[in-house]
Amino acid sequence: MSTTPIRAASVEALQSFRFDRTLDEQIAGLVERFPTRRAALIPTLWLLQERYGWISPEVIEATARRLGESPAFVEGVVTFYTMFRTSPPARYVLQVCTTLSCAVCGATELLAHLHDRLGIGPGEKTLDGLFQIVGVQCLGACGGAPVIQVNDDYYENLDASRLDALLGQLTGRP
Amino acid sequence: MEATLLRARGEKGSVSLDSFLRRGGYEGLRKALSIGAEAVTKEVINSELRGRGGAGFPTGRKWTFVPRDHPGPKYLVCNADESEPGTFKDREIMEVDPHLVLEGIAIASFAVGASTSYIYIRGEFVRWARILEAAIAEARERKFLGRNILGSGFDLDVWVYRGAGAYICGEETALLESLEGKRGFPRLKPPFPAIVGAFGKPTVVNNVETLACLPSIIMNGAVWFTSIGRPRNTGPKLYSVSGHVNRPGVYELPIGTTFREIIFEHCGGIRGGKALKAFFPGGSSAPVLAARDLDVRADFDACAEAGSMLGSGGVIVLDESVDMVEVACNLAHFYAHESCGQCTPCREGADWCMDILERILEGHGRPADPETLLRICRFASGGMTICPLGDAFSLPISSLVGKFPEDFERRIKPAAPLPTKKFPVLPWSRPGTGFGV
Repeated sequence: MSTTPIRAASVEALQSFRFDRTLDEQIAGLVERFPTRRAALIPTLWLLQERYGWISPEVIEATARRLGESPAFVEGVVTFYTMFRTSPPARYVLQVCTTLSCAVCGATELLAHLHDRLGIGPGEKTLDGLFQIVGVQCLGACGGAPVIQVNDDYYENLDASRLDALLGQLTGRP
Repeated sequence: MEATLLRARGEKGSVSLDSFLRRGGYEGLRKALSIGAEAVTKEVINSELRGRGGAGFPTGRKWTFVPRDHPGPKYLVCNADESEPGTFKDREIMEVDPHLVLEGIAIASFAVGASTSYIYIRGEFVRWARILEAAIAEARERKFLGRNILGSGFDLDVWVYRGAGAYICGEETALLESLEGKRGFPRLKPPFPAIVGAFGKPTVVNNVETLACLPSIIMNGAVWFTSIGRPRNTGPKLYSVSGHVNRPGVYELPIGTTFREIIFEHCGGIRGGKALKAFFPGGSSAPVLAARDLDVRADFDACAEAGSMLGSGGVIVLDESVDMVEVACNLAHFYAHESCGQCTPCREGADWCMDILERILEGHGRPADPETLLRICRFASGGMTICPLGDAFSLPISSLVGKFPEDFERRIKPAAPLPTKKFPVLPWSRPGTGFGV
């Protein structure tokens, strides 16, 4: 298994954001699943984040117009849920679980090791835009503690050497 | 005991429909459709199945709250927002046997008269959402879902709905708000979702494991189900065990197995030959139990008698090296982060607890701190908040303070008092922040 890198759209690229035909059709398909248009909001945001890597203010405004909501409402939803990103992410987002089971099984050591290797801590991004570390709450994989989710993929039972192997695999420099 | 919920574990390609059919899949649905909705509900009531999501409410009774003759749509929502720290059992079912979940959904939808069902799955579970979506497509193609299921005239559409990272959305009314496209703010109850649920319509919300129990209840009968466990606590149960054990993982055992058996026999005891200090019996929101409580049976009533709860069956095991102040601080951090912010006791209380516990860890504890923590917890629990998140952070923290006072004393006693300053230092008057004094 190898994790697909995120190819985030730049701030400039999204400044003149408009829905294209594919997106329009996909959103129409989502709206059909629910009795209200509003219910398609979170699936639509997922669709957009998967395509652009993050949700920009322009994307929020266009989505609001498309679904008949106010931009303020949409922004409220985007900022409530921790998984929606409001700034361009790195290619690999290392989401380190810090909740109890992972904490007692070595999450702190993983964070320290990541700091040694990459020179960044939670909330920071490497200068080359390759890695970003996020401390997250329980990922629901406590049996494999400590756990890191890289983009969409779970990596369980990690220790310093396995983490090194993972980083090597992601950078292509084993 | 023969595995029921995880019988597909270890089988190659167990997620496919053909593999499921070989295991007798969708026979429960076929039987349910032939005996009728009322008989299905009766069977589930008689099985004494209690909700596996955490609250332990009788599933059959929950269904009967849905008005039978309600005109217009009703919904069945499968709660797959597994986010309780220490819980990872639903993920296991979805991973090895997604069609078992779909069969349960179809049976429950038929019983309550719903023709649309949503699976609300936590946003992080991308892989498991894809497994479910593939299973739904396969089941639709072979007429186990969709129009006129198995020629019975019963229609059911199932959609996967991904959350986006909010613990609170596991609470059923917050889940419904989220499903409607809003922030996950829990609703005041009553009205209960069975009357006013998703999109204002009667809705039943059941956990993945609860739904996965249904096919075998219908096939083998309520009598078989009640033969496992004891009255009011029946059936097979999944225990997710994590922390300092030799073999963490998901174990399917008869409900009411003792924690001693779970931890020392099935999980191979404590890692590194250390001694057990404490364990959370049902996710981090349940009051902690000490090593002397090992012989408590892991069922709803026995855990309640021991002053805790079975919750989701997520057992977090802590060895003697663990400092309970750090545990409390870690949990306070979690709940402070996950509080939706509607109710003051929870929003502020979890933050206050976190601040106090961090201060104790920094070496600035005060003798009155344990009492202050208990007071904050009293203030936030027992119905002071719209949803149970207030209790969810109060119960474990107050139990940690109450059961392990020596850990707190050890931290507090030699603690140096915080250096007092002449003026309170506010962030905006700190030099170098650009705001001046």
